[in-house]
Amino acid sequence: MLSVGSKAPEFSLYATPDQKISLSEFRGKRVILAFYPADWSPVCSDQMALYNEMLKYFHKLNAELIGVSVDGKWCHMAFSHDRNLHFPLLADFEPKGEVSEKYGVYDHTVGECKRALYVIDEEGVVRWAYLSPTGVNPGADGILNALEEMDQVAENDLNN
Amino acid sequence: MSLRPPVSADDHSSGKNDAPIELVEYGDYECPHCGRAYPILQKLQHKMGDDLRFIFRNFPLAEMHPHAIMAATAAEAAALQGKFWEMHDIIFEHQQELSGHALIDFAEQLKLDVNKFANDIRSQALADKVEEDFESGMRSGVNGTPTFFINGVKYEGSWEDEDLYEYLQAVLKDI
Repeated sequence: MLSVGSKAPEFSLYATPDQKISLSEFRGKRVILAFYPADWSPVCSDQMALYNEMLKYFHKLNAELIGVSVDGKWCHMAFSHDRNLHFPLLADFEPKGEVSEKYGVYDHTVGECKRALYVIDEEGVVRWAYLSPTGVNPGADGILNALEEMDQVAENDLNN
Repeated sequence: MSLRPPVSADDHSSGKNDAPIELVEYGDYECPHCGRAYPILQKLQHKMGDDLRFIFRNFPLAEMHPHAIMAATAAEAAALQGKFWEMHDIIFEHQQELSGHALIDFAEQLKLDVNKFANDIRSQALADKVEEDFESGMRSGVNGTPTFFINGVKYEGSWEDEDLYEYLQAVLKDI
């Protein structure tokens, strides 16, 4: 995985059948990148449903959530619609897994992303990275801790 | 992963306060898994008696379960009239029918002051209480419902059948 402090690689991937999203669009905001193996699979569904309930808390901490898997844009659209998700799912579909590979979370043996989380700061720098066992839903406590720690650091910088 | 914040007087608990085992459930009244866990937990409480203190915290997944927040608020409103567990139980026993009318019916069955109940379920204070529970679950690493904490530590094992009971018996032996 990318190490903390490194620049998060730029990407531009389909979020809907006709719209792409790039990381650089989020400059000035924090980004939570949630790589996950597959739409519809049980653990991924639970994890995305869980984060879907927490968007308000992420927004309060100036963070936007983005899901990434190798599923295609139409598959994402159906999954997102079925689960009532209110955040973008990006299709790392063509060339398959290219972005996941750049982030060090592509699993070549199964041809899917690993279950991994990144928190990227307002300047596009990786501030937290976590690789979860594929079968385990990592919850959100790590993400929240990372975001709050960033607030703490920012506050200390202001005071010094 | 540990429980944040720890159990306090603000929580709904059943059993003796100084019981050696403190079991916290983060649950969603409309979640089918929680519905399945409900009779198992009832039996567990019965079998463990004074060895167990059981606490329920709300973790409604509202996007998936449209009645979950209202049901959670209904139990909190019943708590204001001293009948949290009665409402908690009746809701889990009627998980398929959690409309607003059904909740009012439950309040009538429990002989609550229904006017007060109907007002309370709309109060901001109770909405905040449910949300505080949710937030504490988020911070404690809850990743689905039900999630259990045993003496403050997240339980990753199975709660099906006798599994949780057997695990708790083993914990008891080590205390």
